[in-house]
Amino acid sequence: MKLKKYIKIYTLFLYTSLSSELEYKTNLIIDFVTAILSLIGSIFLLTIFFQNTDNIGGWNFQQALIIQGIYTILNGITNTWFNPNLTEIVKHIREGTLDFVLLKPVDSQFFISLKKIAPSGFLEIILGFALLFYCIRINQININLAFLFLCLTTVICSILILYSLWFLISTTTIWFVKTWNATEVLRSFLYIGRFPLNSFSFSLKIFFSIFIPIAFITSIPSGVFLGLAKLWEIILEIIVCGIFLIASRRFWLFALKYYTSASS
Amino acid sequence: MEQNIIKVENLSKSFEIASKKPGLKGTIKHFFRRETQNINVIKDISFEIKRGEIIGFLGANGAGKTTILKMLCGLIYPSAGKLSVSGYLPYKRKVNFLKNITLIMGQKQQLIWDLPPIESFYLNAAIYDIDKFEAKRRIKRLSEMLEIDKELYIPVRKLSLGQRMKAELLAALIHKPNILFLDEPTLGLDINAQRNLRKFLQIYNKETEATICLTSHYMKDITYLCRRVICVHEGSITYDGSLDKLLKKLSPVNDILIICRSDKDANQLSNSGLMIKNRNKKEITLTIKKNAITSTLKEILNKFDIEDLYISETPVDEIIGEILINKKV
Repeated sequence: MKLKKYIKIYTLFLYTSLSSELEYKTNLIIDFVTAILSLIGSIFLLTIFFQNTDNIGGWNFQQALIIQGIYTILNGITNTWFNPNLTEIVKHIREGTLDFVLLKPVDSQFFISLKKIAPSGFLEIILGFALLFYCIRINQININLAFLFLCLTTVICSILILYSLWFLISTTTIWFVKTWNATEVLRSFLYIGRFPLNSFSFSLKIFFSIFIPIAFITSIPSGVFLGLAKLWEIILEIIVCGIFLIASRRFWLFALKYYTSASS
Repeated sequence: MEQNIIKVENLSKSFEIASKKPGLKGTIKHFFRRETQNINVIKDISFEIKRGEIIGFLGANGAGKTTILKMLCGLIYPSAGKLSVSGYLPYKRKVNFLKNITLIMGQKQQLIWDLPPIESFYLNAAIYDIDKFEAKRRIKRLSEMLEIDKELYIPVRKLSLGQRMKAELLAALIHKPNILFLDEPTLGLDINAQRNLRKFLQIYNKETEATICLTSHYMKDITYLCRRVICVHEGSITYDGSLDKLLKKLSPVNDILIICRSDKDANQLSNSGLMIKNRNKKEITLTIKKNAITSTLKEILNKFDIEDLYISETPVDEIIGEILINKKV
């Protein structure tokens, strides 16, 4: 019953935000063009890196394209869901409109995380998948059910880790009021995640695995695609995902006790 | 009807607020080491509200009215004291409690800006578990009452402030709440829009027996809707009771304009020992205690040749203005 209610609400969220976006046709077209140009630019950058070498951090160009594909999908998801919603949390808290969310008989985290979508991100997701399928062909990867299951699991975990990280940072707005810069830093780290983790120095590798788990976001799913990922890495990714999800949920509920609402 | 739906006992709320000294030095110091101070916004207040009552919260800006409303609807946690709204602890925000209340803020909006209000209404209906058929019926009824049936299909950004406020009200009332918290609902509206909104709230209260807690700086909202008011000054309650009694208490006198037929009568009246507020030739304004109006007027009419007289009440705004600056009521 509860699930049915949430599906119904989410369908309305989708419908209303699509309708809102379609009010501004030019803006939507510009967003689509930006998405295509951004992917072309990224691939061009990779070709420059690989111009004088066949191998960066143990990955060749065809393999590195897989990371690019996963990055494009994640970036698409970021632009479709995280960016329009999670950056809005800061606005909700600064302007006090979180009041309306908190007084609705619906989970506040669900409401503020999924209220809006930006359709331009859909194109990035499609382009990302297209690139992945192309990589599967050129890398001659065999597709079977187990492979698909592992790929899907690690990609979903990546999305959830990224969401939790972003949500955790946005939640701190309840105390610090303005944290736009922090979420921008996170996006920059995601940008770094387009490159194989092995191409970084040891200390940076540790930093991107423990403090900002970029390694879990792009490298492990890419490893799964190439059959390079070890089982313990996949299990660790699932555990890290669980920890981050629970932490973000708990932190949100804890932070709400300190919500003072903006003055009228 | 007599049941207390809101019970507040020794409620307090304090906030930690950062303060900053002026100038560059103050800014740098503020950046590295913030000086904070604990401010008691609400101090040990107690009151009860009956089902179906319309209560006006009066007070200057920053007196604590909105903080009280926000604690009552569960948005902020109280620092101390007991609180019960419709049998629930508001800050726990239980689903059944949330389905019972609504908050309307004159300066904040929940409608989706780029879409017609009807889309937001259906979204709210889904959130409150109201099926589409019932939602349609309620939207029709409320839009007729609020006279916005034509504006339902126009994007919110194209609506006037008055139309938008009505649409906000509809969005906030679609789930038939028993308790309405209204924080300056008529803010920025023109006189007609204010009057329509007041009329609607009065009818809604009569039809549904909903309890209404209202803050407003427009005294007409208060005098039109509220029989009982709670005056808040620096976080404490300075008066809780009937509005009529408050007005009598604060304004025990009336101004009476008397127009004499001759200068001689006017001079004699001026020197009769009564309190003269001002005089313009044959027109004299007297200030007379409310309980002595009949006897004093009888005496004046007997002694002097009077052409005409007018009794004027002190404007409510002026009286209430006194409450806002004075601690004692």
